Amino acid sequence: MRFSGFRVFKEAVTGHKGWKPLWRTPDPQPEYDIIIVGGGGHGLSTAYHLAAKFGVTRVAVLEKGWLGSGNIGRNTTIIRSNYLLPGNEHFYELSMKLWENLEQETNFNSMVSQRGIINLIHTDGQRDAYRRRGNAMMLAGAGAQLLSRDEVREMVPFLNFDNARFPIKGGLMQTRAGTARHDGVVWGYARGADMRGVDIIQNCEVTGFRIENGKVLGVETSRGYIGAKKVGVAVAGSSSRVMAQAGMRLPMESHVLQAFVSEGLKPTIPGVITFGAGHFYISQSDKGGLVFGGDLDGYNSYAQRGNLPVIEDVAEGGMALMPMIGRARLLRMWGGIMDMTMDGSPIIDKTDIDGLYFNGGWCYGGFKATPASGFCFAHLLAKDEPHEVTRQMRLDRFARGYLLDENGRGAQPNLH
Amino acid sequence: MTRLSGGLIDRDRKLSFTFDGQVYYGHAGDTLASALLANDVRLVGRSFKYHRPRGIFSAGSEEPNALVELRSGARQEPNTRATVAELFDGLEARSQNRMGPLNRDLLAVNDLMSPFFAAGFYYKTFMWPRAFWEKLYEPAIRKAAGLGSLSMQADPDHYDKGFLHCDLLVIGGGAAGLAAALTAARAGAQVVLADEDSRLGGRLLAETLQLDDAPATEWIAALEAEFASLPNLRVMRRTTVFGVYDHGVYGAVERVADHLTTPGAGVRQTLWRITAKRAVLAAGATERHIPFANNDRPGIMLAGALRAYANRWAVCPARRVAIFTNNDDGHRTARDLIAKGVEVAGVIDSRKGVHPQGSYPLFDGAVVSDSRGRLGLTRIEITRDGDSQWIDCGALGVAGGWNPNVHLTAHHRGRPIWDPEALAFVPGADGPAGLIAAGAAAGRGELAAALADGATRAAQALADLGLAARLPDLPRAEASPAGQAAFWHVPGKKRAWVDMQNDVTVKDIVLAHKENMRPVEHLKRWTTLGMATDQGKTANVSALAVMAELTGQSIPATGTTIFRPPYTPVALSVLGGGDTGRHFRPHRLTPTHHWAEARGAVFTEVGQWMRAQYFPQAGETHWRQSVDREVLAVRVGVGLCDVTTLGKVDVQGADAAAFLDRLYANTISTLKVGRVRYGLMLREDGFAYDDGTVARMAEDHFVVTTTTANAGLVYRQMEFARQCLWPDLDVQLISTTDAWAQIAVAGPQSRALLERVVDTADLSNAGFPFMACAELSICNGLRARLFRISFSGELAYEVAVPARYGHALMQRLMELGEDLGATPYGTEALGVLRIEKGHAAGNELNGHSTAAMLGLGRMVSAKKDAIGALMSRREGLAADRRRLVGLVPETRSGKVTAGAHLFTDGAEQTMETDQGWITSAAYSPHVGSMIGLGFLENGDAREGEILIAANPLEGESQRLRVVSPHFVDPEGGRLRV
Amino acid sequence: MLIPHPLLGPRDAQEFTYLGDAMMIDRPDGLAEGAEAAFCDYVFQRDNPAGLHRELWFHEQGDRSWLVVTRNTVTHEILGAELARDVALARRATDTPADQGDAQ
Repeated sequence: MRFSGFRVFKEAVTGHKGWKPLWRTPDPQPEYDIIIVGGGGHGLSTAYHLAAKFGVTRVAVLEKGWLGSGNIGRNTTIIRSNYLLPGNEHFYELSMKLWENLEQETNFNSMVSQRGIINLIHTDGQRDAYRRRGNAMMLAGAGAQLLSRDEVREMVPFLNFDNARFPIKGGLMQTRAGTARHDGVVWGYARGADMRGVDIIQNCEVTGFRIENGKVLGVETSRGYIGAKKVGVAVAGSSSRVMAQAGMRLPMESHVLQAFVSEGLKPTIPGVITFGAGHFYISQSDKGGLVFGGDLDGYNSYAQRGNLPVIEDVAEGGMALMPMIGRARLLRMWGGIMDMTMDGSPIIDKTDIDGLYFNGGWCYGGFKATPASGFCFAHLLAKDEPHEVTRQMRLDRFARGYLLDENGRGAQPNLH
Repeated sequence: MTRLSGGLIDRDRKLSFTFDGQVYYGHAGDTLASALLANDVRLVGRSFKYHRPRGIFSAGSEEPNALVELRSGARQEPNTRATVAELFDGLEARSQNRMGPLNRDLLAVNDLMSPFFAAGFYYKTFMWPRAFWEKLYEPAIRKAAGLGSLSMQADPDHYDKGFLHCDLLVIGGGAAGLAAALTAARAGAQVVLADEDSRLGGRLLAETLQLDDAPATEWIAALEAEFASLPNLRVMRRTTVFGVYDHGVYGAVERVADHLTTPGAGVRQTLWRITAKRAVLAAGATERHIPFANNDRPGIMLAGALRAYANRWAVCPARRVAIFTNNDDGHRTARDLIAKGVEVAGVIDSRKGVHPQGSYPLFDGAVVSDSRGRLGLTRIEITRDGDSQWIDCGALGVAGGWNPNVHLTAHHRGRPIWDPEALAFVPGADGPAGLIAAGAAAGRGELAAALADGATRAAQALADLGLAARLPDLPRAEASPAGQAAFWHVPGKKRAWVDMQNDVTVKDIVLAHKENMRPVEHLKRWTTLGMATDQGKTANVSALAVMAELTGQSIPATGTTIFRPPYTPVALSVLGGGDTGRHFRPHRLTPTHHWAEARGAVFTEVGQWMRAQYFPQAGETHWRQSVDREVLAVRVGVGLCDVTTLGKVDVQGADAAAFLDRLYANTISTLKVGRVRYGLMLREDGFAYDDGTVARMAEDHFVVTTTTANAGLVYRQMEFARQCLWPDLDVQLISTTDAWAQIAVAGPQSRALLERVVDTADLSNAGFPFMACAELSICNGLRARLFRISFSGELAYEVAVPARYGHALMQRLMELGEDLGATPYGTEALGVLRIEKGHAAGNELNGHSTAAMLGLGRMVSAKKDAIGALMSRREGLAADRRRLVGLVPETRSGKVTAGAHLFTDGAEQTMETDQGWITSAAYSPHVGSMIGLGFLENGDAREGEILIAANPLEGESQRLRVVSPHFVDPEGGRLRV
Repeated sequence: MLIPHPLLGPRDAQEFTYLGDAMMIDRPDGLAEGAEAAFCDYVFQRDNPAGLHRELWFHEQGDRSWLVVTRNTVTHEILGAELARDVALARRATDTPADQGDAQ
C-alpha cells in the first residue's frame, strides 16, 4: 500500500477500513541468505538496503524485543555531517544525502527536518579548530558556515550573550543538519524492507552463533536455530555481549548516555544548538518538547538509566546557555547504552569468522548514521567488500594505528 | 459563587485571582482548580490535537486537561496543572493552546477534521514535494503543536540545592505514609517524610472516612503535633520525590515559595538529594476512568476527584451530577455528594445486581454511552440492555478503579506485575534496592489495610537496618471496600477518549492494532498515548485493556509500560538553577589577577582560569597595538607574564628519576641536579599528550610542569602510573600548581632585572646557564625557585615564589625594571612569541599529533619502556608524514589564517588532495608580516615551496611560502647569552 | 552512586573520576618480545561485561587514591572497593590478573 495525502483522505472518508499492517509477523524460516541480528535503526536500514539496492531478499531481521527498542528509540534525533576527518566525513555526508531523500524513497514520512545546527564557539583556539573542521566539511561538499557572534545572536537571540561564564564568540553552522523523527525512521525502513520480502521477526533473541571450521552456519535463537549463509550483527549497545557469543572481544566499553525531553511548548528553538563548553545540546521536536542532553555518565553501564549528577550538570548547562528555559519543566529522562569505542568512531567490517559481519561502535552518534550505516553494511554483506566511505572503519585500525579519533582524546571511551 | 458546606478551606481568607483576565475570588486552601470550580468556570483548556473543550479532570498531579500558563512576565510558567497550583492572592492564569478566545478556539476546526488526523496520519503524508516539509508543513505543525509558551526571559528567581541523609525516607504522607513515619520515628530512626501536597493526609483529606469514630483530620492533627516533637523526623511538605537513583539516592523538589505571590529574596524551589538507607513508597493510587463516547467534556471527571472537591474544597462543578462506576468506590462518591446537598441524578454501575448504598437512582448493569454539551456537560446517555435514555446532569464522576502509583518502583527499569484481584499493576519484585511499597501504592488501598501496611513496612525496613520498631496502636478505620469489576470501556462507534491530553481514542488503538502496532511501546509511539505531560497516569492501563481485548490476550500478556523519572515534571531551573550566568563554572584567578585588573588588563578564559590577554595602554585603540608592543618589549627589553596556570607537580623519592623515565618519552634520569630538560609525554596509544619542563632540584627531587589545559589530567595520569603501574617504586607526588606563583621574566634585559631581586646567587651565563634551575632566596629572604627556560626564544627565566607573594613579586619586578623597560604581557603576546619561536602549544598538541609530526620524533627513546613509546612506532603512526612547518605569505601584506587547509599549488582541492592545515597564526612584529605554523605532508622537505591555503568556509585563498617553524633565532643563540 | 572507599568510608561517586577496566593495572612490558600485540590488547580490547566489573576510579576530589571497585554494570550495585595500589602490589606478588581478584 502506497502512503499519500490522497490515501489518508480516502481512508478518512471511508472509516479507516483499508489500512493494512505496516509489516507482517512471519514465523522464522529454517534458513536465510542473510540474517541481520538487531531490529533497530541500523539493522532495519541494512535489511532495507539489501532488498532495495542489492537485490537480496531472503533476509531475516531478528529482534529480541520490539522493533526500535534500542538506541534508535532512546536518542535525541540529531542528523548532521559536520566531521573533521576524511574517514568519517565522507560517510556522514553520504548519510546526509540519504536522509535528504529518505521519505521519497521509503514512502514514509520520517520528518527529516533540515533546520540547521550551530556549534557555539567560546575561545579563539576553538574558532581555529572549527575553521579547520568547517573547511573539511566544505571540501567534502557538506557545506558549512562560520558565524560571528552577531550572526549567532541574530539567529538565536535568547542565548546568554551578556552574562556568560563562557562568552559566545561565534559558531560553526551546518544548515543541512537538523533532526528526524526517530520512530518514523524505524518504521519507514521496517515497512520498506517488509514490502520487499524481508522477514522481520520480533521477540526473537539470538543466544549464540553456530560456527564450524571458522565459518558461521546460523544462529541459535529463543525461537530455535535459524540457518544463514551470512550473519550481520547490528546491535549497538549490546555489541560486546553478542560478539562474545562468537568468541570476540571488541575495542569498546558500554556507557550510559542520558537524554531529556521537556513538556510541550510553543516554538522556542529553531534548530539544534550545541554548547560544548557547558556539555549541553538542545533542539525542539515538532510536538513542542525541548529535547536535550549532555555528557555520558562516564562509567561502564548496561542499565539504560543514569544518575543525578549528570542530570543536574545538563540542566546547569542549559540554564547557563539559555536562562529562559528555566520555567520549562523536564517531562521525561532516560538512558541509552552506547558502544563507546576506543577512538570514538564506528566499526563496519568483516570479522575473522567467515560469514560473520559486524556493525557497531556508534558511540553517541549512531542515529545520524542510520541510512549510510545500513547502506554500507548491506554493501559489505552483499559484495564482501567495504563501501569506499567505510574503508577506514575497520576493526584492525586500532592495532595498526590508523585511528579515527575526531577529538584526539585517545583510547579512553568516556572522553570521546 | 457556589460553595458547599465544610471543607478544609479558610473562609476567612479571601484571595483574588484572574483567569484569562477575568477577576475571581477564592479562599486560602484552594487550588486554582477548586477556585475555578467554585466560580462556576468549567472550561479551562483545549486538548492537544483536536482542540476540544476541556475542563478539570482530576484533583491531583495526574491532571491531563487543566493546564494553564501561570503568572506573567519572566515568571510565566506554561503547562501548570491547575489542580496542584495553590491559590495565592494575585494569582494570574491564562488558558493555553488556543487561537482566539478559549470558548471560540479557531483551531477547534481540527475536531471537524479528526477523521484525517487518525493515529500516525502524519507518517503517511506531507511528503510531496520534498522542499515543502521545512517550508510549509512543518512550520504549520510546529505552530499548532506545543502547549503553553515560555516568556523567553531569564528566570528571575533563586534556586537552591540540599543534601539529606536518613535511615528511612517515607514517600507520601497519606494513611500508609503517616503510619510508616510514625512507626519509624518512634523507633528513633532518622526519618524524612515527603509529600507533594501542602498538608499531610493524602487521600484522607478528600474523604469522610472516620478514624476512631472521628474525622480523620483529628488523627492527622494529633500526629502532626507528635511529629513536631520528634527531632529525628523531618516532615517535608510541598516536596515531590521525583526519581530513584543508585544506592538509595532520591531526587526531590521542594516547592518552597510557589504558593506565595513572589518568593521575594528567598528561594523558589530547592532540589534535594536524599540518601536513604531504606524508603517506603506510600504514594497512593490514581483513579482511572472508563472511556465512552464523548467522555472528554468539561464536567466529566474522575469520581474520586468529584468527591475530593466536595469534601476538601467544598465545591461541586454542578448542582446535579451523575456517577458512572464499575466498583463500590463510585457509590461512596454518590453518598458523600448527597451528604453535601448535591443532587445525584443517578449512579450508573456496569455491574448487574448491585444495590444502591444511599438514596439515589441506580442504573445497574448499565453504561454511560454518550454525552452532550458544547462547552460543558449538559446530558448523558445511559444504555442498559440495549435501551438508551438521556438524563440531564452538569457533571459526571467516572470511577474505573484505582491504579497503584508504582512509578518509582519502575525507575530502575523494574516491571510492575498484574494483580488479578486488584485488577491493577502492582510493584514487581525487581524494583530499586531498598524501596518498599506500602498501602494503596502496593495495591492495599483499603484504609485499615493501608494504615497497617505502612506501619508494618516501616518496621520491616528498620529491621533490615538492625533497628527494632514497635508497631503503633493504629486508629480503627471505617471500611472502604473497592468491590471492583473488570469493565474497561464502553464499546461504540463514536470517539471515546483514552488519553485526554493527547487526544488518543479507542479508535486510534483499534487502528494501531490493525496496522500491527501491537507491542505496547509501538502503540504508545504510533498513537502518542501516554506521551503527554501526565505521562498517561490516567490512560495507560485502560489503553492496555483495549489492546488486550483486540488481541484476545490478557492485559499482562499484552504488556506493561514502565515509568521513567520524573514522577511529575520538574522545572529546569531547579535542576540547574543553582549556578547560573557567570557562576556556571568556577573561576580560578592567578596570584597577579588583581594587579593585572588594576592595570586595565583584558582577561580571557583559559580552561577554568582567567588570564590577562593583553594590557592596553593609553592611546591604544586596537588590541593588535597592545600585543605588538608587548611582543617587541620582550624581544628588546624585558617582559613579565604570570604563568602560574601551568601545571606543577613535585616528584620526590629515591626512584623519582626512574619513575619519570617511564612517564616521559625522553630520558630524564641522566639530567643533572640543578638542570632543566624539556619533557614530552605520550599517551599509551602512542600519540603526543603533553609537554613541559622537568627540573631536577635534588637527586631525589624533581619539579615538572604541564600545559595549563592538561594540568589535572596529567597529574591524574601520574598518580595512575605511581599507584597502579609501578607501585613498587619509591616515589611521591603532589600537585603544587596553586602553591607557587610563577612569573616569566623574558627578554634581553631579564638577567639585569633578576639580578636586582635575587639575594646572593650568581646569575651570570656561566654561573646560571640556559636550562639551569635553583632554589634560592630573593627580595631579602623570600624562598624562590628560579628556572632559566624560555618559551619566547629570548634570554628568559621563570621565577616561582609561594603563591601569596606572587602579587608583591610582580609589583617589585615592575618597579625595579622600570628603567629596563619592564612590560607586562598577556596570553596574546605569549602566543605570538611562541609561534615566532616555533614552539608547539594546544593547537599543535591537539591529541592527533605524533612526536614526529611535532619534529620531536628523535626524543622518543627506544632504549627504555616509557608510556606510549612502543605504540608510537605502529604502522599508522610511523606512516604519518605530516610535519610542523612555518608559513609566511608570499606577499608581505598577505593573510595567514589558522584552520585553512593546505594544497599544492595548482592541485584540485578535495579531502583527498589535502596536504595539511594551518594550526596557529599571528601577526609577527619581528617578521613584519603574518606568520603561521602548520602540519604539512612531507613538510620537512618542502621549505621554499609555495602552497595554497584554502579557506572556502570564508571564501578565502592565500598563497603561502613554506619556511622553518623557527622564525626567530633558529640557532638558539639568544637563549644562551 | 556511593563508592565505599576503603579508607574514607562511603563517598559520593561525584568525587571520583572513572578510568575503566582494572585490567589496565596489568601493563605489559614494553621491551618484551612480541610486546606490540600485548599492548594493542592492553590499550584497546575490553571484556566489557554485563555483570560484575572490576574497574578503576580515581578519588580526584578526595585523597587521590586510585581504587579498584567491583560493580555490577547491569544493576550498578557495588560489591567492594580496594586500593588499586594494594591490588597492583598483590598482583606482582601472586601473578593474579587484576581484573579477576576477589571482591571484598
